[in-house]
Amino acid sequence: MVGLATVFGVGGGTSSYREVEETDVIVLWGSNARVAHPIFFHHVLRGVRNGAKLFVVDPRRTDSARWADRWLGLHVGADIALAHAIGREIIAAGLYNRAFVEGSTTGFDEYRAAVEPWTLEHAEVVTGVPADAIRELAHTFAHADRAQMCWTLGITEHHNGVDNVLSLINLSLLCGHVGRFGAGIQPLRGQNNVQGGGDMGAIPNKMSGFQDILDADVRHKFGTAWNCTIQPHYGKHLTQMFEAMERKEMRALYVIGENPAQSEADSAHAIHILEGLEHMVVQDLFLTKTAELADVVLPASAAWCETEGTVTNSERRVQRVRKAIEAPAGSRDDTAIIIELAHRMGHTEWQYPTAESIWNELRSLSPMHQGMSYARLDALDGIQWPCPSNDTLEPSYLHGRLWAENPADRGRLAPFSAVSWAGPVDLITDEFPIRLTTGRRLDSYNTGVQSGALSSPLRDGETLDMNPDDAMRIGIDNHEVVRITSRRGYIEAPVRYDSHLRPGLAFMTFHFPDEIDVNVLTIEANDPKSGTAEFKASAIRVEKLNAPVPVAGE
Amino acid sequence: MTSIYETPVGLPRRAVSIQIDGEEVKISEGATILDACKAHGTDVPTLCYGDTLDPVNACRVCVVEVEGNRVLVPSCSRKVEPGMVINTDNERTRHSRKLVLELLGSSVDLSAAPMVAGWNDQYQADPMRFGESKTVRQPVKVDNDLYVRDYSRCILCYKCVDACGEQWQNSFAISVAGRGFNAHISTEFDVGLPDSACVYCGNCVEVCPTGALMFKTEHDMRVAETWNESVQQQTTTICPYCGVGCSLTLHTQDNTIVKVTSPHESAVGSGNLCIKGRFGFQHVQTLKHN
Amino acid sequence: MDLRFPKEEPTLAEVQALDAVLGESHVVEGWQRERGGAHLAAEQRPQLLAALHALQDRVGWVSPGGLGELCRRLDVPPAEAYGVASFYAMFSMEERPSRVVHVCADLACQVLGAGALLDAVQAECGNPNQTGVPGAWQPSPCLGLCERGPAILVTEAGDPAHEAVIAPAIATDVAVALRIGPKGLGAEAPVVAAVPQAATPQGAAELVLLKRVGVVDPTSLDDYRAHGGYEALRAAFAMGPTGVIREVTDSNLVGRGGAAFPAGRKWAAVAAQSVRTRYLVCNADESEPGTFKDRVIIEGDPFSLIEAMTICAFATGCEQGFVYLRGEYPRALEHLRHAIDTARDRGYLGTNVMGLGFAFDITIVRGAGAYICGEETAIFNSIEGYRGEPRSKPPFPVEVGLFGKPTVVNNVETLVNVLPIVLNGGPAYAAIGTAGSSGTKVFCVSGAVANAGVYELPFGATLRELIDLAGGVPNGRSLKAVLLGGAAGSFVRADEIDFPLTLEGARAHNTTLGSGVVMVLDDTVDLPTFLRRIAAFFRDESCGQCVPCRVGTVRQEEALIRITLGPRSAAQNEADLTILRDVGRAMRDASICGLGQTAWSAIESAIDRLGALQ
Repeated sequence: MVGLATVFGVGGGTSSYREVEETDVIVLWGSNARVAHPIFFHHVLRGVRNGAKLFVVDPRRTDSARWADRWLGLHVGADIALAHAIGREIIAAGLYNRAFVEGSTTGFDEYRAAVEPWTLEHAEVVTGVPADAIRELAHTFAHADRAQMCWTLGITEHHNGVDNVLSLINLSLLCGHVGRFGAGIQPLRGQNNVQGGGDMGAIPNKMSGFQDILDADVRHKFGTAWNCTIQPHYGKHLTQMFEAMERKEMRALYVIGENPAQSEADSAHAIHILEGLEHMVVQDLFLTKTAELADVVLPASAAWCETEGTVTNSERRVQRVRKAIEAPAGSRDDTAIIIELAHRMGHTEWQYPTAESIWNELRSLSPMHQGMSYARLDALDGIQWPCPSNDTLEPSYLHGRLWAENPADRGRLAPFSAVSWAGPVDLITDEFPIRLTTGRRLDSYNTGVQSGALSSPLRDGETLDMNPDDAMRIGIDNHEVVRITSRRGYIEAPVRYDSHLRPGLAFMTFHFPDEIDVNVLTIEANDPKSGTAEFKASAIRVEKLNAPVPVAGE
Repeated sequence: MTSIYETPVGLPRRAVSIQIDGEEVKISEGATILDACKAHGTDVPTLCYGDTLDPVNACRVCVVEVEGNRVLVPSCSRKVEPGMVINTDNERTRHSRKLVLELLGSSVDLSAAPMVAGWNDQYQADPMRFGESKTVRQPVKVDNDLYVRDYSRCILCYKCVDACGEQWQNSFAISVAGRGFNAHISTEFDVGLPDSACVYCGNCVEVCPTGALMFKTEHDMRVAETWNESVQQQTTTICPYCGVGCSLTLHTQDNTIVKVTSPHESAVGSGNLCIKGRFGFQHVQTLKHN
Repeated sequence: MDLRFPKEEPTLAEVQALDAVLGESHVVEGWQRERGGAHLAAEQRPQLLAALHALQDRVGWVSPGGLGELCRRLDVPPAEAYGVASFYAMFSMEERPSRVVHVCADLACQVLGAGALLDAVQAECGNPNQTGVPGAWQPSPCLGLCERGPAILVTEAGDPAHEAVIAPAIATDVAVALRIGPKGLGAEAPVVAAVPQAATPQGAAELVLLKRVGVVDPTSLDDYRAHGGYEALRAAFAMGPTGVIREVTDSNLVGRGGAAFPAGRKWAAVAAQSVRTRYLVCNADESEPGTFKDRVIIEGDPFSLIEAMTICAFATGCEQGFVYLRGEYPRALEHLRHAIDTARDRGYLGTNVMGLGFAFDITIVRGAGAYICGEETAIFNSIEGYRGEPRSKPPFPVEVGLFGKPTVVNNVETLVNVLPIVLNGGPAYAAIGTAGSSGTKVFCVSGAVANAGVYELPFGATLRELIDLAGGVPNGRSLKAVLLGGAAGSFVRADEIDFPLTLEGARAHNTTLGSGVVMVLDDTVDLPTFLRRIAAFFRDESCGQCVPCRVGTVRQEEALIRITLGPRSAAQNEADLTILRDVGRAMRDASICGLGQTAWSAIESAIDRLGALQ
């Protein structure tokens, strides 16, 4: 979200799902949508069936990659190097969209200079992707009338995730693949309503509707409506919060619907920090591992089926959730809990009889949500933002202004980002020779709090997936339980041979933390811009169980 | 399907004038006869037609007479042409519809297909008239906890195959195998679903018109005779898993989710879900079960 | 594509069989593979049918391991490949003996004693489809050897696979074939034996389309050229594409497959398409019981078909042609394959035909035992590697045909007519025959006649004249009926045979010429058995796609069995006759394709014209 906001001013994908069906080239970068976003992948497949070429860029030959006309299997964390090489090739071959670059963007010269060292040959060495594959992607992407650039956590869960995102946006700007129907940029949100959280202002720098907290007019508007003073500076994102907790500057925590004790990288460290808090409140459906550490647990009802409200999906579509069943006795709606807390704190003026009344207050303060009455949301199968009007809808894509004939109508031009490449923090060495990356399986979700109850015929439990030759070289059989050690700790898990993994690469999920806590291994190397951890790149050693136990913290 | 997949900047469509049962009807070019009949309020029965799938026109219950055509035409797939004169309810079409209902009813268990009993009355179809004859009766296939396959109810409408295949899911776990009366829906060499390419998205269940594919919850409740659609409620909400935002319609009975479908008109998924959205609701009912 | 494959491994023989047809596999399913996806899979899909043949030919069945390996190489989903393989009668999805004797149980052979043969084979060789023995036998639909039935086809899987036919055959032949296989059997009769007219100079002089059968060496391009071969193509190049289409249009040539659609109109429609990629499909899947003329043409004069296709392709702008050949025609396959290879070697096919800068090539697609694949759209699905199910029309093939492109589909006989049309001009051709039916027609005369075979006559001769030409009903027996057009055709009575065999003449007599089947039944024929065979044929051959045909053909057969075999009251028979008529009418009105639409025709005519089932 930070990357898109940096370039375009708002943190949302620029296209819609159905535009993927009507495009000429689809690039899925760091996204195994086939497994992680199956219904988005339906749109990709319809695009392919309509003739679009599909490129998948991913260290793993994922199920998504197997659908690609060409898969580019790069080294974990080499994304910027690859993106720059593609950009350089497009420029060198004279294939970039000159008119768009000159008229609708800024910073091209700096960008050109930044990518200049990334020749195909150099990139092949750094990324592991054959030069001709890089060239093919570059030329196909540049020649396309319309192209879609899509990514997921494979791009963002790095210490430099925002720079990764910026390097991809650069390519879309270079070819003018943004701001037109069928041409755009789509980040796929990993979690339900991640987009909605941002929209509503649950991020440290924006009020609802991406209104910047540093803007005095914005603060005034909200302050007047709420009869309070809004702080004139940014708050802390997750990483900064953990840092503050570690420094004991932040001493109390209110956790709603998250399980950081299991979902944070380097979980042992995360738990240590949470345990050091003076006071922690956890509001959740379940007594999660985090809730077990809490001083107070507030049982909440399931927002998606036991309450009324809205969420926003990855294509900026605000959608209604509705109550279908009664929540278990003793649990309450999230908003009811928060309002009750406010009342106990003396704010009895918080009176919201219905979810709709809260929503209508939002509409009065957030122009991009103004036109989204519940009645319209019901009638129109949800509405994509922005929707300032009560009568009409905006196009399904954003930033059409960049194509305005009159330069004055183009608004703030889109800046190129001359980011530079830096590999993963957790280095591969003789001692830790295998690159571990993480992701999802089709039938499971996050730490398994919700998906654990699903009796899935596909489920095989957690495994360390690795290249069969790598495994055999150290004498490890398929299904053998091994010890997996990183610089932060070690766990045991069975190995599963996976011939789709390149040598030197291994894969795990974090769906079964109660049995196998993969986040013991992952690194708390955070992106300073977004606060996202580098889940995607750890260095590990795989050993037979009878090998000597390592010294922790080595 | 047409409404949500129209590009926003298409050419305007011309109106075509046709005649349905003696009345002039105007409909936009590219529409099917079935679209025209629906718009005109003319009732045409359908079984294999799927609103999110390309028509296969296999069941032939929707046939109508188009004057000048040697044989009856399937209204679900035939596009309107200017000046078409269509008879939907003359003796000839009624005969074919009646026979299709009789032939199907004599070979397949249609008791879970909601509309069929009414059509049998309407067309005076008597599926028993053939006496002892060949049927597709066979045991229910129960090989996983999520959904069952009761091919005694299968009319071979191809919808499950198309939903699993390249129109939507692209998993290709099933295909039509064999030929003629022995044609049947099958995995490769009829292996069980756990050994097949099935990913349990249930998009086949979503489109099955006769209950041949059924949530295991529904199947078990039907066997236990506790399934009661008259007291069930349907509530549409959004899936709690990934950020794609698929619409879920929760079918509840006694405050318990018994089945999940998805609205076919949804722009996000057109009725399609993945295993998590379709079957991953247990976490909100475990308490009740305990 | 993220396909999932069967866990069974292929055998070495299966791997080699696939190597031979697909080339050695370089694709390793794993991280080394960069390219894939739906587009590549679509390119590879048309190889599916040939790959299935390779497995069947090599090991005698399509095993899970073999199918899995095939799917891995071609990126075909295993469930789909299984669905395709199980559609075709020639592919066995269960392990069975490598040697199989197919004993024709169909109509023409039945007239010639196939029923007795089947009983004798059962007595001598045991039940059909036995396993655990070196060879098994099974009853078969029409083998297209109707002029010399009853016929058998012997196949033996191996490297290479062998096939042979014996016709006429007796039970001992089956026993011998089961014991020694096809390799030890005697040579097949020469092709020309199927053309009785060729035996006399007077008869030979009447032949136009069949004139080279038995005259030229079908394996020699030079001999073909020495007998006028490739003069028509030279003439066609001289007159240009529009000139060719004009001559074909002026000739009033209509399709000989049964639908009688004007060939010139079809060609002009394809030539007028804006889409540049177009295909030519020659329908040589003659599976109508009693039809064998395409076999005779291809076996006896294969270059004429290649030349005719080249002319058609030149006129309509096709760069690629396909001959969809019946799977049960070993000699036709051998001759055609050799002829196409020779023509390509000699520059009559390929990127530069006859050095004139025109590119055209022909691929043979071998059918696998499915009558329905002779339907003009089912044939596309079969070539593309899908189940041979007919498509809904419209759109018609001239607009959306093979691989979704404009396509000319013509029968073998239709195409070879183009040679005399181009050589002599359309008007000259139109002058032959009658005003409504121009040119000559090849009839397949079988059953109770002295000299069964293919006969070529100008349109206009009466049915009686044709039967007389074939020597009439032999052995002092009398004519009972004639089945015109095959199983999908209709019966005429002995007293109805004085009408001219023209399109308009048949129509006026409420019957059809169909593909030219003239099956003669004498007074010894057991009509109820014959009718049950027709019903069984359609039940077997229905693709199963649409309800009227899938279930209707079963209910039709059931009613027919009840009427003809059961002790029944008049009221019960009346009810079953009503069922036959009701089901038959729905099949005719509401089936997707011509198979279902005609599945009741012959039985209806037997009831109404012959008074059968009374």
